Amino acid sequence: MTPYGSFTFFFILAILLAPTVILGLRGKRFQTYNMLVSVIALAIIFASNLHGVIALIIFTIWQVLLIKSYIRYRKKANEGWIFYLAAFASILPLIISKLMPYFSTINWVGFLGISYLTFKGTQLIIETRDGLIKQDPPIGRLLYFILFFPTISSGPIDRYRRFDKDVQVVLPADQYKLLLYQGINKIFQGFLYKYIIGYWINHHYIANLRFIATSHFQNELYYMYLYSFYLFFDFAGYSAFAIGVSYIMGIKSPENFNLPFISRNMKDFWNRWHMSLSFWFRDYVYMRFVFLMTKKKWIKNRNLVSNLGYVLLFLLMGFWHGLAPQYILYGAYHALVMVGYNTFEQFNKKHKWWPQNKYTQIVSILITFHVVCFGFYIFSGHLIYKGVRL
Amino acid sequence: MEFKNEVIELLAEICQDDAVKENPDINLFDTGLLDSFGTVELLVQVEERFGITVPITEFDRDVWNTPNNIALQLADMK
Repeated sequence: MTPYGSFTFFFILAILLAPTVILGLRGKRFQTYNMLVSVIALAIIFASNLHGVIALIIFTIWQVLLIKSYIRYRKKANEGWIFYLAAFASILPLIISKLMPYFSTINWVGFLGISYLTFKGTQLIIETRDGLIKQDPPIGRLLYFILFFPTISSGPIDRYRRFDKDVQVVLPADQYKLLLYQGINKIFQGFLYKYIIGYWINHHYIANLRFIATSHFQNELYYMYLYSFYLFFDFAGYSAFAIGVSYIMGIKSPENFNLPFISRNMKDFWNRWHMSLSFWFRDYVYMRFVFLMTKKKWIKNRNLVSNLGYVLLFLLMGFWHGLAPQYILYGAYHALVMVGYNTFEQFNKKHKWWPQNKYTQIVSILITFHVVCFGFYIFSGHLIYKGVRL
Repeated sequence: MEFKNEVIELLAEICQDDAVKENPDINLFDTGLLDSFGTVELLVQVEERFGITVPITEFDRDVWNTPNNIALQLADMK
């Protein structure tokens, strides 16, 4: 059963989470019960897909063994190459699963959520390397973090230390009540976004575009903007469900969207769009890369380091979305746009060519909006498969 | 107090802006004075000048948000 895909799913959730709510409203501990809920919910989500279950179990065992062994190793030593090996091993299942379709008709390695779960494993390895995770985490809590069902299929991507803090806290009744209300509110926001606005855009406009548009160009132009809004409402709606259910379970999963279409520039956009993903890449790829280059003084030019970091980040993000040409092109497009913006920002700091006022702000938002929508047009695959007929 | 001034001096160098000295409670990220790149420069300099190693993922923008707060966090880690 697809998470948040049907009323049946929400109905089952309501029944499963009723004891959580009752315990929470009485200020009692409920995370042990929630772990049980997570197991049942996973069984329901993967029920019709035996391949998926087996792949998920093998993936989880692999990650847990890897993390546990690396933590044990890190207590004694801290060799760089062992760290890179461990980090590579943690993304290996994802790499195999992305390559598999090119070699075989059945993807034995992939399962719903593998792209998102991989972030959790890799992040644990990196934070262990940094000395932030010192104690071997109890197996139950580690599994709960990796397999936390509300965010299993598409995030938001949480971080172990943040998650584990929430798990260990027993909320007083009045605080839980507030969290519960916020959670329910989120879930209704999800219905509005995904099943009313998103559905409406898709069903009434995108599906009928050939009757609305009078030329191929117009068709693709409308599609670009409609698809951008559809993508936002669909994904932000899903995220609201995932965050809402997390809240009800006492876990404050991070936000994923913050009004992305009013971004003032590309850096601002990535602080507002799919935030848990872009922050992950920012903290674990871009900043680490820049840190390494700066500290080892391998590259002296500051702008070059920064731009190379962006290219690395966005190409990786592209490949992460998938190996289809539109995703790689999407990554390359954002790398180029970001390098362009970064160069402009540096130039403008010196020459003050683009002043800061109400009018320039509006123009900035408009430019960013169209640049972003064109990115989603690439992402949709239309540019590659339909746009060339122009 | 002296340590705090040194941290603020360093921040002013990295942000290339004296606003940091004038208002040590200014939010560095909301105002765009500091971004990811500046943060990394800060962490590298903190390690070189003060010998304090701050892991990148320890740098939470909600906590390390103003010159005063950064100085406070660093003083704790000394």
